[in-house]
Amino acid sequence: MSAAAARAAVRPIAVVSVAQSKSVRREDHRNEVEILMPVVTEVFANIGVTKRDMGFVCSGSTDYLVGAPFSFVMALDAVGVWPPMRESHVEMDGAWALYEAWTLLQEGEIDTALVYSFGRSSPAQLDRILALQLDPYYLAPMWPDPVALAALQAQGLIDTGKASEKDFAAIAARSRRDALGNPNAQVAKDQSADDLLRDDYVVAPLRRHTLPPITDAVAAVVIAAGDRARDLCEHPAWITGIDHRIETHALGARDLTVSPSTHAAAHGAGVFDAATGPTDTVEVDVAELHAPFASQEPILREALRLSDSVAVNPSGGALAANALMVAGLLRIGEAASRIMDGSAQSAIAHATSGPCLQQNLVCALSAEPGGPAGRGA
Amino acid sequence: MSAEPVTTLATPMHLDYQYTAGLSQSRFLQGIAQGKFIGQRCPACHQVYVPPRGSCPTDGVATTDPIELGNSGTVTTYCVVNVPFQGQSIEIPYICAQILLDGANITFMGLIQELPADQVRMGLRVEAVWVDKDQLGLTMASVKYFRPTGEPDADYETFKAYS
Repeated sequence: MSAAAARAAVRPIAVVSVAQSKSVRREDHRNEVEILMPVVTEVFANIGVTKRDMGFVCSGSTDYLVGAPFSFVMALDAVGVWPPMRESHVEMDGAWALYEAWTLLQEGEIDTALVYSFGRSSPAQLDRILALQLDPYYLAPMWPDPVALAALQAQGLIDTGKASEKDFAAIAARSRRDALGNPNAQVAKDQSADDLLRDDYVVAPLRRHTLPPITDAVAAVVIAAGDRARDLCEHPAWITGIDHRIETHALGARDLTVSPSTHAAAHGAGVFDAATGPTDTVEVDVAELHAPFASQEPILREALRLSDSVAVNPSGGALAANALMVAGLLRIGEAASRIMDGSAQSAIAHATSGPCLQQNLVCALSAEPGGPAGRGA
Repeated sequence: MSAEPVTTLATPMHLDYQYTAGLSQSRFLQGIAQGKFIGQRCPACHQVYVPPRGSCPTDGVATTDPIELGNSGTVTTYCVVNVPFQGQSIEIPYICAQILLDGANITFMGLIQELPADQVRMGLRVEAVWVDKDQLGLTMASVKYFRPTGEPDADYETFKAYS
């Protein structure tokens, strides 16, 4: 069976509701459960359901951020899993929790799932936590911080002539300006790229604006299958394909200026189905890319072969708010929201994890259940 | 030259956290600083949680009504600690018990003192002994321990759902 035929055989599943907290630098009054509860309430209220209508609950988070073991079990108090519910958790961004829920719905026994993630990046030293995801023998003992690693990647882009510091500033300026239209964004400003280039370096060639903010936020999504999705939502955002791939943890073994795992995931998600030649570009109305560093956006654009006409990160993206474990799920949530509100017919959402875009998930969304998200142009 | 092969690698790790108790636990700790136990009631199932976390784990709704609980409770189950361990600050044997405060619908763990370890039992009535008033603070260390009240043991029927 061809990849396209295999996808045609899958059960149509759609995002039918999205909710999120405001993204803030530090949420210092409420605990995780108290931040989650109103968002879970809202994601149900949007479509008039309760937890009893959910066939499955799956969350994404990490104990390293909370500083407590099994913090996802405590977070379940925000849902109230009684009577007992089918429930799972991934120690990853909520985008991967959505992938698990999508996979379970494919089995056909249940029609609905709640997916949520919580990430308070502020309570601990984020640079030290992120150093601990590196290989424990050669890299982690040196505690390289994520900004330094992203700077190596950005320098690679400059050295190969693929992008410039001016490009990075233009991406940051556009993202912050777009974020002015996003009431939940944390960093929203109207500044020119030239203004931003006057920032000092944090780690050359990265300046303050090239970096993501440190963010506390939570997000929740409900997905539903087939007719159930149509019942719950006037314009469901159909997931026409979803896939994720990972690269080696050995940074020195990777060419950091390209993202073959994003490309492979996009291929698996059917993004290139209609594209016939290697130079074809992908046309969708919206792409929400999880590029925590402005310098990573050109890499993702190239891996996804996005046409220049695609609106990238109209929400402001991760440069406007980057709650760890949440920002990826929010890319799916934001892209789906554009389809649900009728402003887009097709979208691509992307989530990343690990240093320098090590692991990537691509989700193709469409206003039509069978519609290809990507069209060759 | 033959170097010894590297067989182990020590990587010291240390992370600091700024913990956020949250609105409900903050209210609870403010009560503790005044020598009181403050729980919260679920508006849906009316269960009273202490310490509260702001949500009813059964219903998934916010628990907003504060409830001041009494100073006494019942031992629902216990463990006598006989094993020494590093950092132990209490002389063994000592009693660690689950205590159901009067008016609460959930137990929490407390230290039992002023009772020989072999006399602890389910249903034992106990009360909190607090540090001196000027020592009270936003910490569970404000409760020194629980001790027997001398009342007759509670009837099993009154706490069997919690044991």
